[in-house]
Amino acid sequence: MSHSAVAVAPEREVLALRGVSKRFGAVQALTDVDFHVGAGEVVALVGDNGAGKSTLVKVMSGVYQPDGGTISFDGRDVTIDGPAAAQDLGIATVFQDLALCDNLDVVANLFLGREIRRGGFVDEVAMETEAWRLLRSLSAKIPSVRIAIAGLSGGQRQTVAIARSLVGAPKVVMLDEPTAALGVAQTAEVLNLVERLREQGLGVILISHNMADVQQVSDRIVVLRLGRNAAEFRTAETSTADLVAAITGASDNAVTRRAERRATETETAEPATVGLHKGDPA
Amino acid sequence: MSAPVTDPVADPTAAGVPADLLDERLIQEQGLVGAVLAFVRRVRSGELGSLPVVVGLVIIAVVFQTQAQTFLSSRNLVSIAQFAAPVGIIALGIVLVLLLGEIDLSVGSMSGLSASIMAVLVTYHAQSLWIAIAAAIGAGVAVGLVYGLLYTKVGVPSFVISLAGLLALLGLQLRTLGENGSVNLPPTSGLIVFARQKFVTGGAAYGLMALAVLLYVGARLLTWRRRRAAGLSTEPLTLLAVKAVALLAGLLYAAYYLGIDRGIPYLTILFVVLVVLVDLALRRTRWGRHVFAVGGNEEAARRAGIKVDRVYISVFVSCSVLAALGGLLAAGQLTSVSQSSGGTDTNLTAISAAVIGGTSLFGGRGSAWSALLGIFVLTSIQFGLNLIGVDASVRYVVTGLVLLLAVAIDSVSRRARSSSGRG
Ligand SMILES: Nc1ncnc2c1ncn2[C@@H]1O[C@H](COP(=O)(O)OP(=O)(O)O)[C@@H](O)[C@H]1O
Ligand SMILES: [Mg+2]
Repeated sequence: MSHSAVAVAPEREVLALRGVSKRFGAVQALTDVDFHVGAGEVVALVGDNGAGKSTLVKVMSGVYQPDGGTISFDGRDVTIDGPAAAQDLGIATVFQDLALCDNLDVVANLFLGREIRRGGFVDEVAMETEAWRLLRSLSAKIPSVRIAIAGLSGGQRQTVAIARSLVGAPKVVMLDEPTAALGVAQTAEVLNLVERLREQGLGVILISHNMADVQQVSDRIVVLRLGRNAAEFRTAETSTADLVAAITGASDNAVTRRAERRATETETAEPATVGLHKGDPA
Repeated sequence: MSAPVTDPVADPTAAGVPADLLDERLIQEQGLVGAVLAFVRRVRSGELGSLPVVVGLVIIAVVFQTQAQTFLSSRNLVSIAQFAAPVGIIALGIVLVLLLGEIDLSVGSMSGLSASIMAVLVTYHAQSLWIAIAAAIGAGVAVGLVYGLLYTKVGVPSFVISLAGLLALLGLQLRTLGENGSVNLPPTSGLIVFARQKFVTGGAAYGLMALAVLLYVGARLLTWRRRRAAGLSTEPLTLLAVKAVALLAGLLYAAYYLGIDRGIPYLTILFVVLVVLVDLALRRTRWGRHVFAVGGNEEAARRAGIKVDRVYISVFVSCSVLAALGGLLAAGQLTSVSQSSGGTDTNLTAISAAVIGGTSLFGGRGSAWSALLGIFVLTSIQFGLNLIGVDASVRYVVTGLVLLLAVAIDSVSRRARSSSGRG
């Protein structure tokens, strides 16, 4: 979209993946995927179910090792060989399946793996105080931080998982469908949070099926389809119809025809084309 | 901990309500009555903890006392406390592996092997007792390491590893003991003296109990002060006072009553101290937190950056080491080691004790104290049945039924928890 070159001014790139592939047995979940997020940038990652979004997130958070491709963080090439490595780099993740321990209470879950210590023992008081601060800042409706996660509703669990990603001082926060189980007010809180994180100069990766949410908060939208880069848009210049077409890959409907017309008019990547990024002129 | 969220948070203490009690849905009970009501509610929702086993102990005491008048005598209770300790220490290790949702079926063999190594070194090789003990414990470390590596690197289920270990270690035990098949420890051996003849009595016993209560109250008060300073809810001081007085009275009476006979066995004190240490490690250290996390949701623990393999290995090693230690103390208690040391009986008793005491077979739930409670239940039943003079056959059947009952309670309360949202 050449008429808005101004928006393409690159943010300082924090996390970047080049040519990443991941295969599960017979399923090629990711093929040659490029992806990056800058400091103070919100990138939405969208795509149909099974497009490979969660797999990409897990590659970036060290849960899966990619079969090919490179990852760089703050300009340096890195290997994220496990969740601890991702944490050390400052990559925090809210997983789609939340990954909480049902038998532990809220405080223990929030600080799992990063317990505050005092004289060799875990400091329950400091952790509980900090837990309340984090949860209040998310307007969390959680009656007690001393009940086991098993006793919380889906939305409450999701809030805990989100609060968990804010413990420590992350540089990149990835949210895999963070609002799927949330109510209206809390969804708004999460979107506010995403904006606050951007203001603080963090890179945010947001996965959501809600196009309205995505368009509200993101700067850039990356579309995956069948494990490949399908398209990439500047949010400000993109209509819902463009997105839908890119996500579904439908080539024979009014939405795509319109998108194709726009693409030729504005030299934008045709949404269904693989391998074009940043909305560079075609 | 700095978090990137900078929203101003309303001062939680502004209204005079502790920060963690602001939610109006939180059912709050104040003071003593509140504490009792909260306890009742917890039990009804399936959070039974050690309640069934405490009830069980009371039933056992009443039943056997009516059948044999000496059951609650000082002499019998001292013997129970002393006899329970070695297997109780083995059960403590079982609690750790159960918390991970794993099992070690070879603790009996491990205890037998450890005792054999020690006995042979002391009697045939004229080594000092300390060196012999170190070698036996070292064997425990080695076995635990092998189990841990097989589990984490090869992926063999712990059930199979330890079943193989049960046989292999028994073989090593027979090989170590040699042709005679049994070794008598020297009667003056420090181990025998410690395990059979050392008791705390009189002023020392009372002092020990007072010290224990003092440490307990001190720790609670420190927590109380820090929580208050942080604006969090605090345990009512009257409740703490009531607990402290009850605990002190109970312990002092126990010291007095056991003192009528021989006093408090050193062996029992060692056992209790180990339980307290393991309890502290489980509840108040990162390692303990990670043990519970891995037992609850291994994948979540891994994604939280926990080195899951290390947790497994450390737990298998701890379990084998505690089994080795238990075997040494049992040898001291029996004054000899034979091919049947640490046989099936030891194995099943230790595993049953952990489960009967309230540690879940399903992982992620339990406490070090369940080893203590469970082994006291089983040893009491054993002593009680001996007193009324029933056959060993009956004892096995009863122990089996008690184990079944304990697991049934565990399963039922698990269901109650999931229906009341405690998973
Ligand atoms: N652990 C796994 N084992 C095998 N296949 C997997 C695994 N994880 C994901 N996949 C496959 O990879 C593809 C992408 O899945 P996923 O990343 O979860 O998609 P999305 O999050 O975009 O809905 C799917 O076809 C899924 O079946
Ligand atoms: Mg997904």
